[in-house]
Amino acid sequence: MRKITYAEALSEGLVQSMERDPSIFVTGIAVDYPSGIFGTTTEAYKRFGRARVFESPAMENALTGIAIGAAAMGKRPVLAHPRNDFMFLAFDQLINMAAKWKYMFNGNAGTVPFVSRAVIGKGWGQGATHSQSLQSVLAHFPGLTVLMPTLPEDAKALTIAALQHDGPVIILEHRTLYGTEGEVSEDFVPAPIGKARVVREGTDITVVGTSLMTLEAMRASEELERQGVSVEVVDLRSIRPLDEETILKSVAKTGHLIVADTSWELCGVSSEIAALVAEKGFKSLKAPVKRIALANCPAPVSFELEQAFYPKASTIAKAALATLGVAKSDLGLIDVEDNFKGPY
Amino acid sequence: MPKINKFRREELKVKIEFDSSEIDDGHLIELHKLLLKVRHAEENLASRYREQQMRTPTHFGTGQEAVAVGVCAALNDDDVIFSHHRCHNHYLAKGGKVYELAAELYGRADGCSGGRGGSVHLTDREKGIVATSAILGETPAVAAGAALSFQMDGLRNVSVTFFGEGAMDEGAIYEVFNFASLKGLPILFVCENNLYATESPLWVRQPQGTELCERAAAFKIPSFCIDGNDVAEVHAATTSIVEYLRAGNGPVFLECMTYRWREHVGPMFDHELNRTYRTQHEVEFWMDKCPVKRSAAKLLAKGIATQEQLEMWQATTDANIKDDIARAAIAPWPAVSTLFEHI
Repeated sequence: MRKITYAEALSEGLVQSMERDPSIFVTGIAVDYPSGIFGTTTEAYKRFGRARVFESPAMENALTGIAIGAAAMGKRPVLAHPRNDFMFLAFDQLINMAAKWKYMFNGNAGTVPFVSRAVIGKGWGQGATHSQSLQSVLAHFPGLTVLMPTLPEDAKALTIAALQHDGPVIILEHRTLYGTEGEVSEDFVPAPIGKARVVREGTDITVVGTSLMTLEAMRASEELERQGVSVEVVDLRSIRPLDEETILKSVAKTGHLIVADTSWELCGVSSEIAALVAEKGFKSLKAPVKRIALANCPAPVSFELEQAFYPKASTIAKAALATLGVAKSDLGLIDVEDNFKGPY
Repeated sequence: MPKINKFRREELKVKIEFDSSEIDDGHLIELHKLLLKVRHAEENLASRYREQQMRTPTHFGTGQEAVAVGVCAALNDDDVIFSHHRCHNHYLAKGGKVYELAAELYGRADGCSGGRGGSVHLTDREKGIVATSAILGETPAVAAGAALSFQMDGLRNVSVTFFGEGAMDEGAIYEVFNFASLKGLPILFVCENNLYATESPLWVRQPQGTELCERAAAFKIPSFCIDGNDVAEVHAATTSIVEYLRAGNGPVFLECMTYRWREHVGPMFDHELNRTYRTQHEVEFWMDKCPVKRSAAKLLAKGIATQEQLEMWQATTDANIKDDIARAAIAPWPAVSTLFEHI
C-alpha cells in the first residue's frame, strides 16, 4: 500500500468527505492560505474554493456558535484551530451549547454535527500557551466526542468518521505527528468511533497511549523486545467514548499497565485509565499501575528545561522495566533525535 | 420614542423606512390577539409558579410582549429565531404552544424539550424556534450560523436573535457583529433593552452616555432604537427590516426599549420582596406604557374593535390558557429509562 504523511492523510480524509457531502465547509484562521493549517486544508481550498473553505477572523467562541447554528440548519462545518489552546475561548459554545444540544432539547432541536480540529504542540520552545493537550477537559462532558488519531491511517479514517457523526466531534492532532508516514488506504472508509486499536501485540505489559505517546511507546517496545520484554501497545484513538473493553482485555492478558498521555497526570486521561483498571480489572494487576505524563508544571520554553518536561520512549521503557521488576539495563539511544525544524 | 438610524452609510443601497400607521386593521387585531396569548400565558404561569411545582428557574417576560409579538409576526415559519433566558414571549409569539411550554416548566414528557430543558431551553423546529439558552451572548452566534447557512444555500430566509442589553456586556456578541457584517448575513439582532441585567442598571455596567446602537453601528450595521412597548411600531420596523434582509443587504440591529415588570427570575414583583434596585414609581411609570393596554386603546380609537370584543378575546384566551396549563400540570413524567437518551 502507498505511504503518505499524517498531514496528507488528514487532508485526503477531508477532501474525500467534501466530495461526497456538499454540506461540509471549512473555516478557521487562515484555512484558505497556502499554509492552511500545516497544509491540511490547502488541497480542500484548491478543490472547492472559497465558497466552502474560507477563513474567519480570530473569534473562536462565536465561530463555534456559528458552526453550531449552521449545523442545526443542515451544514457540516469543520473548524480548525492552529493550536488547541485557542479552544479555551470556545468552551462556552462547545460545552454549554454543542455538547448539550441534543440532550437538553430532547432531540427536538435536531443535531449539531460539526468537527472541530485542533493541533497539540510540543517542543521547539512552544511554551505554556501553545502546547497544552485538552483531551481530558473536553472528554469530561457528555455529548462531545473526542478523538486523537496517532497513525496516518487513523488520521484519515477518523476524519471521515467524524464527518459522518451526528454530533460535535473534537479531533486533537499532534503537530509532531504531521510529518510521520504510514500506509493509508486510498479508499473512503471510516474508522469506528470509540474503538481503541492494539497497535502491537505483547504478553508481558500493556502500554495504553494517546497520540504521540503511542508512537513513543512503540519505540520503547522495540527496544524492550530486544531485552526479552513483550509489550502490548494500545492506542486509545477515542477518549470519549472510551473503549474500556480493549483496555481491560489487554491488562487481563499482561497483568501490567502503563498509561502514557500527552497531558498532565492529575485529573487526566492517564488517571482515568488507571481508575478504570483499578475498578474493573484490579484482579488482573500484578503490580501497581504507572502513569506517564507531563512534568507537573506549565511547559517551559528553554530547550534544557523542555527536554525534562516531556516524557519520551526511554521514560516509558524505564517505567516498564521498573513495573516488571526487571533490573535496569542500558536502553541505548532509543529516543528520537529532536531534529524538528522551526518555525513550527 | 424617536426613530434613530444611528448608522447612515453612504453606500447603504436601500433605506430602511417604516411607519406603523400603515399597518392594516386586520393585522392590528392579529397582533393584539397574539399579545393576549403571550400576556395571559405569562400571568397564568407566574401565578401557578408560586405553587413551587414548576421546579425550574423561570424568567417571566411580562411587560415586554410587544417586542416578541411585533418581531415574530413579521416572520414566516421557516424563518428562525433564537432567544435567551427570558424566552417564553418569543417562543409563544413565533407559534409555540402554551401546553408544551407549560409541560416543559412542569418537567413533563410533553414539554417542548421533553422536560430536559426547562424554562431556558425551548425549541419548536416546525415553527422555526430553534434554540434558547441562558448564557448571555451565546445564541446570537448560533443565530449567525443559521444565517450563514441560509446565505450559503442562496435562501431568502432570515435568522433573528433576541438578547437583553446585558448581552452587550459580553465579548462574544462583538465577534458576532463583526462576522455578520463582514459576511453580510441575513440576521436581525433584536436587543430588548429593559434597562436592567439581573438587578444592575446599564449605567453601572457601561460608560456614561453609552448608546447601544452606536456599538452595533461601529461594525457598519444599520441600527435603530425604537419604542419596544408599541407593538405596531416594532412590527412595522421588523417588516421593513426583514424585507431588507431578504434582499441580501446584510445584518440589522434593532434596539427595543421596554421594561420587565416582575423580578429578574421568579414570579414575584420586586416590591413584594422589598427589593430596592428600582423604585415602585419607576415600575408604575412603565406599567402605564403596558403594550397590551396601548394596543387595545389603539383598536378602540381606530374603531376596529369594541370594548365587548376586547373583553371577549381576553376571556377566551385566558380560559384556553388555563385549560392548557391545567392539563400540563398532570401530564406524564418522562420515564427514568430515558435518562441516557439523546446524549
